[in-house]
Amino acid sequence: MFPNASFPARDSPYWVPMPDTPVTMLDARSLQRTLRRMADEIVELNNGTDDLLIVGIQRRGVQLAARIVSMIAERENVTVPRGALDITLYRDDLQTVGPRPVVGPTDLPWDIDGKHVVIVDDVLYTGRTIRAALDELADFGRPRRIGLAVLIDRGGRELPIHADVVGRTLTVPPGARIDVLVSELDGRDAVVQVAPGASA
Amino acid sequence: MTPGPLGKDLLGLEPLSGDQIRLILDTAEPFKEISERAIKKVPTLRGATIVNLFFEPSTRTRVSFEFAEKRLSADPVNVAASSSSVTKGETLVDTARNLEAMRIDMVVMRHGASGAAQFLAERIESNVINAGDGTHEHPTQGLLDLLTLRDRFTTLEGLKVCLCGDVLHSRVARSNIWGLTKMGAQVAVCGPRSLLPNAIDEMGVTIFDHIEDAIGWADALNVLRLQLERMTAGYIPSLREYNRVFGVTRERLDRAGRDVLILHPGPMNRGVEIDSDVADGPFSVILDQVTNGVAIRMAVLYLLSGGRPELAEAAKGGGAGGAR
Repeated sequence: MFPNASFPARDSPYWVPMPDTPVTMLDARSLQRTLRRMADEIVELNNGTDDLLIVGIQRRGVQLAARIVSMIAERENVTVPRGALDITLYRDDLQTVGPRPVVGPTDLPWDIDGKHVVIVDDVLYTGRTIRAALDELADFGRPRRIGLAVLIDRGGRELPIHADVVGRTLTVPPGARIDVLVSELDGRDAVVQVAPGASA
Repeated sequence: MTPGPLGKDLLGLEPLSGDQIRLILDTAEPFKEISERAIKKVPTLRGATIVNLFFEPSTRTRVSFEFAEKRLSADPVNVAASSSSVTKGETLVDTARNLEAMRIDMVVMRHGASGAAQFLAERIESNVINAGDGTHEHPTQGLLDLLTLRDRFTTLEGLKVCLCGDVLHSRVARSNIWGLTKMGAQVAVCGPRSLLPNAIDEMGVTIFDHIEDAIGWADALNVLRLQLERMTAGYIPSLREYNRVFGVTRERLDRAGRDVLILHPGPMNRGVEIDSDVADGPFSVILDQVTNGVAIRMAVLYLLSGGRPELAEAAKGGGAGGAR
């Protein structure tokens, strides 16, 4: 609508402080509905469940992938194989971040050659995580096709990467963070927007 | 360069806290999987140059470090002292400074003198990893022993581990004692008094004079190698007598009537400190130790390799936060 519009800088007189409390963008029920639609779209994209392999990215992507797999199982009566990918060792900023980020487990017990792999992640932002995931998958084999499904697309891409299946597109003020909370790790399901420096 | 969670160097387990040791063990877990892949390589340490500087012979440790370095995409260079300028009388510091002048990032060093790793670490800017210094410490071996024990027993808290044999000459024993006690395990030593260091009990360990008592007490035995090359004086009457009195044999383990896990840092003197049917038996995890060694060394390399956040600050104008 206003392509040149920008948020006022912190030192400008028009700067409005963002609330410190996290704003809920998606509650548990709408998150459930969104995931259900994404599960359907993934099956549609693949034209069925043959050769489909769902790979969640550590951390929240793994839990989202598990739910999508169980939703596909409800609808299609097929349990699609599922894996987990930790991209820490493939990050392009390892030389510049410190201290060393925690490495999570990668668990891909399937042969991915010729498969239709769908990467599942919570938030798509700069695209660098997905770049790392593509590199890591290439070290495991050569899938027939790799798709990308994200719960939240918040824009701000730094690489030419786009998602095939998007749960919700959000416009986020600069500096703010989108946190996806899943009950397995966070005790509740929600998507919240957090002001800079605050914690969800 | 900002020091990582372990500081600049890994010189031993004595200076580390229990949390730091736990961090290394936890970090090693995901690295195990990389060695099981078809393409056993991740790009993490791309561009890092690492010198493996070995002043003492070694197969296992050197190859293990080299695999760990290559699987992290670092560029390792092996320098064996026997074929280098060291034989022409060059000092340790000169050797290291010359290597550093070629812009290296890390040095993995094994040396016959206790304290050599610390001596070097204080004089060069590269990260130094101690791969065994004299009879002082061999931290990565200690860590892989801890990882192997934790794999089997799920926790080290309260675990009873006995180090058997030549404790006097064993840097592995010292690293084990520091690591195990910091992780809450109970440690004992067992061996002829001539091969136990003075005041070993001050390190908080129990002493067994009879191997049968040790086997009856322990959940796991870490059988140390009789370091014949370091024995200049008459520490033991004969190898045969040593085996008869202190050897870990099938018969002795059977008599204990319960399962005792067997570790050995290698290389083994079969038929001396350990019998072949024990080393190759069902309770031996000696080869698991070797497998875990690569993962532990990958974890240590990863944790020590310095992040340079000041570069990121400069590039982004101060913006931190995780990229997505």
